[in-house]
Amino acid sequence: MKTITFITSENDIIETQANSGSLMELAVKNKVKGIDGDCGGVCSCATCHVHVNQEFWNAVGGPSALESDMLEFDDNVSDYSRLSCQMQVSEVPDGLVLKVAK
Amino acid sequence: MQATTDQTCVIIGASHAGINCAFALRKEGWEGAIIIYDKDPEFPYHRPPLSKAYLTSEAGTEHSLLFPKENYTEDNIQLKLGISVLSIHAEKQIITLSDGSEQRYHKLVLATGARPFIPPIEGIVTAKNVFPMRTATDANNIRQAFNAAPKKRVLIIGGGYIGLETAASLKKLGAEVSVLERESRVLARVTTPEMSAFFTKLHEENGVNILTDKTVTKITPLSEGNLVHCSDNSQYQADVIVVGVGITVNTKLAQSANLILENGIKVSASCQTSNPYIYAIGDCTFHYNMHYQTNIRLESVQNAIDQAKVAAKAICGQTEVIYDSIPWFWSDQFDIKLQIVGLSTDYNNLVIRNEETENSFSMWYFKDDELLAVDAVNFAKAYMLGTRFIKAKQKVDKIKLADTSIPFKPNSFI
Repeated sequence: MKTITFITSENDIIETQANSGSLMELAVKNKVKGIDGDCGGVCSCATCHVHVNQEFWNAVGGPSALESDMLEFDDNVSDYSRLSCQMQVSEVPDGLVLKVAK
Repeated sequence: MQATTDQTCVIIGASHAGINCAFALRKEGWEGAIIIYDKDPEFPYHRPPLSKAYLTSEAGTEHSLLFPKENYTEDNIQLKLGISVLSIHAEKQIITLSDGSEQRYHKLVLATGARPFIPPIEGIVTAKNVFPMRTATDANNIRQAFNAAPKKRVLIIGGGYIGLETAASLKKLGAEVSVLERESRVLARVTTPEMSAFFTKLHEENGVNILTDKTVTKITPLSEGNLVHCSDNSQYQADVIVVGVGITVNTKLAQSANLILENGIKVSASCQTSNPYIYAIGDCTFHYNMHYQTNIRLESVQNAIDQAKVAAKAICGQTEVIYDSIPWFWSDQFDIKLQIVGLSTDYNNLVIRNEETENSFSMWYFKDDELLAVDAVNFAKAYMLGTRFIKAKQKVDKIKLADTSIPFKPNSFI
């Protein structure tokens, strides 16, 4: 079981736990404000944008080509942007902290 | 907000619109009961994957749920699946149900969607292995029939998005697939001749037969499979037939409540119908789009979810709630991701931008100088930038846009 923390744009801290699934699904399940996942997780809508806490960036890794294209012109893109539907619980480090993009 | 503790909000339809509305109601502070009815017994799931990834996934794979089961319990949302609503008694604010009972409502949300249109083709009702593609049951039926067929000959009647996605998925599974389209090009109702030509070529290169100007007149049984007859006297053998020729909006319940209908259920900017206690959302609504200043009906996840949120706010008593969204849509076929933003209906000029990578381009639809819509093929950047430009009503330099020697950056085109 991994612990993953989401921080919303209103600075609400939501600590979640999971073994599997995508981080978008995890956020939706835990009602993390600002993560909608409207397309169901197929990298088509960019409604699940998060900023990875800098210290975890290397362990998490950067976006795929499609994901990176989705993010490039997003108003709130940063060097640590990812789409949480493209991140799997099984592949991210325990204790990960993510900030929900505005 | 008025106290809603003793009130009941009933939602008819447990797909994207209905389910998102239920959760949005809780988020907006609805304290009373929320009850959702749907005749589909399946736990509420994402529909778009059915014709795409779901069809090619391992048999027995679970559907991708809209929300996990625990969330319904936590938010005290009552799901009544496998039950049909028979009629609405609007004066009494009561609905009657297929199990013989009645349910009173204070607010009612119609998320009744649409059903596949089955064209009146001779023999279509009695023919074996003919399926629409809209529900989980449909997808499972297609997969089962396909797996059981000794020969894998598939005919798709209708070259729209559903038909082409299903064709691509079944081709991936090793089928021999032909698409019979009545018009002279596929996707004729929803996109431009240029895009139709691209998807025709894509399917043909992947071994799908695209046959246009084909009106199916009759289906007759063979010892193995069916024979499909067309008006030009051509005939095709098929073990599995998928019908994707469009939908019919479910308006029977709205009619029983005497709601105003106009190409669907007519709703206001806050998704209210002509009865102040009844709202309607999703594929079944005929609504006003603020950006394009036109009345439309949209079959899409975006519209379902956005209207669900608007209706929830309005039901919870928020005033001046207005639906104001730019439509978006996507389709996955073979290794192609098509992303569409905006409504291209009234365009009078088009800019095509081809990227260096093969099968990667975007089409920009303008009405005079106003950007109306963008179709992006394996080029999500264009989809995202197009969204930004359309929302901002940004004037775009078309000559620069068409010039691929100019890097694809927002400032390059404004």
